[in-house]
Amino acid sequence: MSAGDVLLWVILPYVAITTFVVGHWWRYRHDQFAWTSRSTQLLDRRVLGWASPAFHYGALAAVGGHVIGLCIPESLTSSIGISEGFYRWFAGIAGGIAGLVTLVGFLGLVYRRTTSPRVRRTTTRTDMLTYFLLTVLIVMGCWMTFGHTLFTSDPYNYRSSIADWWRSIFYLDPNVEAATGAPLVYQLHAIVAWSFWALFPFSRLVHAWSIPLQYVGRPYILYRRRYRPASVAREARSR
Amino acid sequence: MKVRAQVGMVMNLDKCIGCHTCSVTCKQVWTNRPGAEYMWFNDVETKPGLGYPRRWEDQEQWKGGWELDRKGRLRLKAGGRVKKLLSIFSNPDLPQIDDYYEPWTYDYEKLITAPLSDRDPVARARSQLTGAPMDDIHAGPNWDDNLAGAPERIDQDPLTAGIQEQVKATYEQAFMFYLPRICEHCLNPSCVASCPSGAMYKREEDGIVLVDQEKCRGWRFCVSGCPYKKVYFNHKTGKAEKCTLCYPRIEAGLPTICSETCVGRIRYIGLVLYDADRVEAAASVPDEHDLLDAQRDVFLDPDDPEVRARAAADGIPDDWIEAARRSPVYALAHRYRVALPLHPEFRTLPMVWYVPPLSPIVSALEEDGYEADPDDVFPAIEAMRIPVDYLANLLSAGDPEVIRGVLRRLAAMRGHMRKREVLGEHDEEIAGAAGMSVADCEDMYRLLAIAKYDDRYVIPQAHAELGERLMEQQGACGLDFEGGPGNCGMVTPDSEADTEGFMLEGEPGRVDLDLVKMAGGRRRDDAAGQGGGGA
Repeated sequence: MSAGDVLLWVILPYVAITTFVVGHWWRYRHDQFAWTSRSTQLLDRRVLGWASPAFHYGALAAVGGHVIGLCIPESLTSSIGISEGFYRWFAGIAGGIAGLVTLVGFLGLVYRRTTSPRVRRTTTRTDMLTYFLLTVLIVMGCWMTFGHTLFTSDPYNYRSSIADWWRSIFYLDPNVEAATGAPLVYQLHAIVAWSFWALFPFSRLVHAWSIPLQYVGRPYILYRRRYRPASVAREARSR
Repeated sequence: MKVRAQVGMVMNLDKCIGCHTCSVTCKQVWTNRPGAEYMWFNDVETKPGLGYPRRWEDQEQWKGGWELDRKGRLRLKAGGRVKKLLSIFSNPDLPQIDDYYEPWTYDYEKLITAPLSDRDPVARARSQLTGAPMDDIHAGPNWDDNLAGAPERIDQDPLTAGIQEQVKATYEQAFMFYLPRICEHCLNPSCVASCPSGAMYKREEDGIVLVDQEKCRGWRFCVSGCPYKKVYFNHKTGKAEKCTLCYPRIEAGLPTICSETCVGRIRYIGLVLYDADRVEAAASVPDEHDLLDAQRDVFLDPDDPEVRARAAADGIPDDWIEAARRSPVYALAHRYRVALPLHPEFRTLPMVWYVPPLSPIVSALEEDGYEADPDDVFPAIEAMRIPVDYLANLLSAGDPEVIRGVLRRLAAMRGHMRKREVLGEHDEEIAGAAGMSVADCEDMYRLLAIAKYDDRYVIPQAHAELGERLMEQQGACGLDFEGGPGNCGMVTPDSEADTEGFMLEGEPGRVDLDLVKMAGGRRRDDAAGQGGGGA
């Protein structure tokens, strides 16, 4: 295990996780005003109508696929009778569809952002870095799904290698060998992904945590009180 | 019965001269900053005309406001909660900025830096969205002011549906009036109901509808959900903004900027007490023509001892109840019944009402060579279809009888006062013919024609002292930072969390006037959530 391996497969993940957690705490506490989707739909609705839902729904499906693939150990799925072959086809086809939909939506969004002068002008440096990382992640993700899982005579079983490493990080016992044995594209995907998570709290991506599911259950009209009767206020104060 | 107070407004359209002073002063105060260039919390539209944003009144296109479902229950016209969440990534009903207009500025610098030349230097228009030159401007604020472009575009006004031919045919003698518009601060606000984040709220004390700038996540459904298109999306901050009814002034007992600066003195501000328990039922009456009376029935009579007792029990301060008795808004909307809500058919129970203009009728008569004598005006009100139908589409969900009734009362007031002042005669017949008493006629005259400042604006101050012992927080405890010399309780960084902004009903929290936090450099809006944060 070289120093480089430790840096990439031990230090980087923990630094990224720390940045992710502390960054979110800091941002949530100090920057509510900029916590928004930063929608540009008002400026230009061209392309957005199909590209944005495609990208977001595709990405949500892809995130779900990652959760299943990385968090559920192979031993668990095989113990309930799901064979590796079946799992591979399921993951490949579902993941392939999600990846393609994400990719097409993402290309549409990039096209719109680069060709619409109004939207281009709203693009910050952080946005550009986010877009760059997303491009790399999505392209490599599709490549892995199609090149290493679906259309190959020798499918790579990431669940018995790099997924073990991913889980081992959270057991605080990083299994570096599980990662270093993976094909290069898997390794690169993982490294870029950690950079992405480190960037996450400082970018517009934070709006992902604000999916307003509570809307389904709340009353339509909300009231707020500015002043409460003194008696109630005193009670709250003494608490 | 749950009594709440609402600050409402009435605008007397007969007196609006379309000078846009309200719009300009409002813009200078609230929307003169990046990302808000295209926003006019207050705008003045020429009617007939397309409005701002163009054709905002056409809810078949924009899907704002409420409608009744097949079972007669109230629902958002744009669809239910699940549908909203599913279309959150691209709001199908959101206007594009071009539906308002692309904001621009001019290369003013050119005027002083241009080299000496035979020709005068020109300041070119530049888009405030892209910075690119805009040589072909085809929309702007008040683009169709004073019927500009009307021959080509007047039939695109949604209100002329069904009366287009008549409006067009009589364009040469067209009637025209101005419609100043602000947020309606509705009793049943569909923008609040549309906001998935719960960032929009109605203040319980005075009914002002605001956007919490820190809770807004930019999902944009308030913009499309408001049928009046009076919630705007700031494209720089990514947050929604809207008319605040100048709440810092209202809280201090002062009228809004638009009202204060109105040269025609057309605006009235006052309290209306209403029954919050009856709002939903009033918004759900099956027949659109009943909405006006349903909303009037939600209003409570502040002279009724039972209402007053109930209001006091519900925490409305005594001076507010007194102010509600003197309210010009309640008088014009309920007592004299000359003010009408804007587009009641949107079912939001709007709280900015309008006295319809008599002038289209009068000027049409004068075109025909009549002196506008009330004896002529009465039959004309019955006979003139176009202005009445048009006003009905605007103010009474298409019921012309309501408009005729109001115009009759306004004409009777004029006739009565003319007889009294010009001829020195006392005639009870004119008022009686419009179903009014002489006393009502003369009171109404005082309110509408004399329109003294103190009669137009009856605004009780906010009761800040009800919040907490504010004096301590502001004054005696001004030095009460950690380790400081203050003596009314230690403020620690931990307690800061409770002191933030507004509390939701029932939650603990405190009024945000805490010097420690200001000194701490936290960029915070004031307690009402909106305002400085957008600036």
